[in-house]
Amino acid sequence: MNAPDMSAFPLRLEGPSVPMVSFRKVTKTYGSLVVLDSLDLDVNEGEMVTIIGPSGSGKTTVLRMLMTLESINDGVIYVEGEPLTHMPKGGQLVPADARHLRRIRSKIGMCFQSFNLFPHMTALENCMEGPVHVLGLSRKEARERAEDLLAMVGMAEKRDQHPSRLSGGQQQRVAIARALAMRPKIMLFDEVTSALDPEVIGEVTNVIRKLVAEYNLTMLMVTHQMGFARDISDRVCFFYGGKICEQGSPDELFGNPRQERTQQFLSAVREAI
Amino acid sequence: MLDWRWDFTWEILPRLLVATGNTLLAALLGYGLAIVLGLALALAQRTPWRVLGMVVREAVEFIRSTPLVLQIFFVFYVGPQFGVRLSPWTAGMIAIGLHYAAYLSEVFRAGLESVPKGQWEAATSLNLSPARTYFRVIIPQAIPSSLAGMGNYLVGIFKDTPMLSVIGVAELMHTANAIGSETYRFLEPYTLVGIIFLAISLPTAGGIRLFEGWVRRKLGILK
Amino acid sequence: MGYFEFLAQYGDRILSGTLVTMLLTVLAAILAIAIALAAGLMRLAPNALVRGFATVYVEIFRGTSLLVQLYWIFFVLPLFGITLEKFTAGFVAVGLNLGAYGAELVRGAILSVPKGQWEAALALNMSPAKRMVRVILPQAVLIMLPPWGNLLIELLKGTALVALIAVADLMFQVKQINGTTFLSAESFGTALVIYYVLARFMITPFMRWLERVMMRKVGRA
Repeated sequence: MNAPDMSAFPLRLEGPSVPMVSFRKVTKTYGSLVVLDSLDLDVNEGEMVTIIGPSGSGKTTVLRMLMTLESINDGVIYVEGEPLTHMPKGGQLVPADARHLRRIRSKIGMCFQSFNLFPHMTALENCMEGPVHVLGLSRKEARERAEDLLAMVGMAEKRDQHPSRLSGGQQQRVAIARALAMRPKIMLFDEVTSALDPEVIGEVTNVIRKLVAEYNLTMLMVTHQMGFARDISDRVCFFYGGKICEQGSPDELFGNPRQERTQQFLSAVREAI
Repeated sequence: MLDWRWDFTWEILPRLLVATGNTLLAALLGYGLAIVLGLALALAQRTPWRVLGMVVREAVEFIRSTPLVLQIFFVFYVGPQFGVRLSPWTAGMIAIGLHYAAYLSEVFRAGLESVPKGQWEAATSLNLSPARTYFRVIIPQAIPSSLAGMGNYLVGIFKDTPMLSVIGVAELMHTANAIGSETYRFLEPYTLVGIIFLAISLPTAGGIRLFEGWVRRKLGILK
Repeated sequence: MGYFEFLAQYGDRILSGTLVTMLLTVLAAILAIAIALAAGLMRLAPNALVRGFATVYVEIFRGTSLLVQLYWIFFVLPLFGITLEKFTAGFVAVGLNLGAYGAELVRGAILSVPKGQWEAALALNMSPAKRMVRVILPQAVLIMLPPWGNLLIELLKGTALVALIAVADLMFQVKQINGTTFLSAESFGTALVIYYVLARFMITPFMRWLERVMMRKVGRA
């Protein structure tokens, strides 16, 4: 397989308003299956963008590639103007090495559908792990930060419990605190309520509402909670077949979808409720 | 019954018990070595360098597929052929350590595989380094499911120590043989050896199961 | 001397030793399988005495090492009036030892057959014996084939110990050769390779083939 031609992509994004995240012609394939098809997507600083769409449309892959959990086949992803998936070398863009990935990755945090808390650590220890061993904070500083964040998500009394003793909603809130403890600039939420019982979804969405209101984080969210998405998003993207089929403000997309596929998807979702 | 002599039994028992101490020492040292090497072999098979991984894999298969007693002879006798003298203890420890490292590497490999993929992803999302990820997140979770296999091989290594007698290590079997050749009585020594082995291996197997439960509780992972 | 000269001079002894090893392995395997089936079924018997007897056998032979058992059978049994010729003592010891491990595999596999199978056989009014032979065992055999593959390799390795009671197997032959020539790397090394070839390139493929045959018989191919 020939290496893709990188000369069409700038070494840096310059200009007055560089987006926080920028996908440029990003393509991802698994064998012969094309999951993302030459995707262009910009997310500005402080924006909350929700991605919706049928399964297999590539929405989770967008988040996973940004978190460097998946490799890229073609195109470049930029974070704060710097390439994430590639790095400049001798005036050219070449695939990023581990050091480069680690440096840029520190700006991004992620919450997963299956929470992925470390089961052998308490809630507090989960939130301290990154700050102590990656950011180099003292244990005292890390503990203070972790306790503040756990209090913010409403999990202060449970800080010495292991995940096996916490409900799904509680675990997910701890997971959010854990990700925030790393002070990322970009937060990714990958179907964070899909594995929760309906009664506790509200616990988690309220925390996310709080984040939107009180922090100036750039956020990307994949969700099936349409009402919630409509409430808090700045922009909604509808994905289909590895491409953005339609995007716009929540009112535009949910209230007046222009594309037929968007209309079909939204009416099917409404039926299901 | 037949010719069992109790006076002889009491006479030889102290000597056999001292040798038992040697046996236990050999087993524990060999096991310690096997754990360290076994972990290294398991990690080496997960390396991104595929050639190294494959070579280690074949080496592990080779050691597991060939008799320990032959490996002991090999390690003990090959050295002198090329000018390196190994004491029976050293050669025995190396051979047994390597042999059980190969077995344990399979146990550790399975343990590492059993850690859910989401844990690796969470570690990446927190930007933990590969070393931190292994030592703080993955290995602690791999331990509980590895304990059953590790326990089996602890008992196994203890039962295999008699093989060291063939190169003259003064453990239990060797001492029993010596008593047998000195006194021409094999009934009491060999039977006592069998009883001593049972007396140690059966409670150990039970104790390991209890230990496994304790570790799971301590790590907060209740399965 | 070079390796090829070594092979030329001692190859025939090594070959005869290998054949003895293979014969021992086959005989021990037959014995182990028979014992494992018997003891495994006995461990599941309703009669406590039968169960207890099988349990004692299994615990003793799994709790002590093969070498001790071998010496006991060859040196101590004669005092009880049972004198076995060394070749026989060899494969009997190995068969008894690995039969104990095999009994646990048999027991585990039978217990793994889904409960519904037992119930269906009962509903068809099959006698316990018929049920075991026609319904349960065929499915249990498929379940236990992979671990039996490992067990057979352990059996092969176990036969090497008979060299210590002077049975002329592969291990014995190379030990003799080493004793006279001190060419340890060549003699022991060749033996290691032969055992490896027997395990990896004869036993393992054979077990895989057997697995495929059984899967076809159970209708899952």
